[in-house]
Amino acid sequence: MGIRYLAGVSDPATYLSWGWLSISVPNLIVIVVLIVLFVLAIVLPFPKGRDES
Amino acid sequence: MTSTPPTAESEGGTVSGTWTGGLRRAWMSKLPPEKLLPDRQPAYVASWIYVFGVATLAAFLVILASGLVLAFAGPTWYHTSSLGLFTNSMHFWSVQLFFVFMVVHLWGKFWMAAWRGRRAMTWITGVVAFLASIGTAFTGYLVQTNFDSQWISFEAKDGLNAVGIGAFFNVANLGQMLLLHACLLPLVVGVIAVWHVLLVRRRGVVPPIDAMDTAVSTAPPVADAVPEARP
Repeated sequence: MGIRYLAGVSDPATYLSWGWLSISVPNLIVIVVLIVLFVLAIVLPFPKGRDES
Repeated sequence: MTSTPPTAESEGGTVSGTWTGGLRRAWMSKLPPEKLLPDRQPAYVASWIYVFGVATLAAFLVILASGLVLAFAGPTWYHTSSLGLFTNSMHFWSVQLFFVFMVVHLWGKFWMAAWRGRRAMTWITGVVAFLASIGTAFTGYLVQTNFDSQWISFEAKDGLNAVGIGAFFNVANLGQMLLLHACLLPLVVGVIAVWHVLLVRRRGVVPPIDAMDTAVSTAPPVADAVPEARP
């Protein structure tokens, strides 16, 4: 009724399989986000603080 | 006009033998105010990877606050009203952020070998906090009071019984899981987190590995060898 979800929260997740490895798309997204965040935290420069007067 | 009564210490005599005096001296020797509430940090702390510990703490505070509201207002409110649904979602998503921040914090500290420099207990308390947080999150899934939590609890019951620990707690017992989730486990996580932070304050933020090597080879302490910057 007007509310549209990107994915149905009650629907079963889609699984990806490569040989012995099987992983759900939501789990894969979380792992990729964690790795991207970790790399960005190392690579991105940190803002400079106030200099000592 | 009042005056402070003279003590054994203030009179330059013997040290007070009371447990309160002993506790104060032990605290001040291990964690003086300038260590407990520092206003300067070494220059290497100016990196995004050092932000995720405090981001985890911030998420934990949001979890506690939203959880407190949910506990007071009750399941009917958070299942039916729009504000209740919002608060419920805020509780859920702050938990997701809590774990995201904590995992990145864990990875960062692992690759820094953050247990160096007598920081083993800091590392250990972090691991215990992580494990206790997982238990808290799992019991949270059991107390949603919906069909999802029923399904999860019965799956968990079979799993725990299969490994022989089902006799110690009953995941299908809503009251027991609610007390574990809302009282005991958050207290455990909170106490360990405070202990963890105090240890970080006592030992200082772990330096990068190359900074430690430089400090060792050039003799002066790390705090003197590394330029400082405001956090």
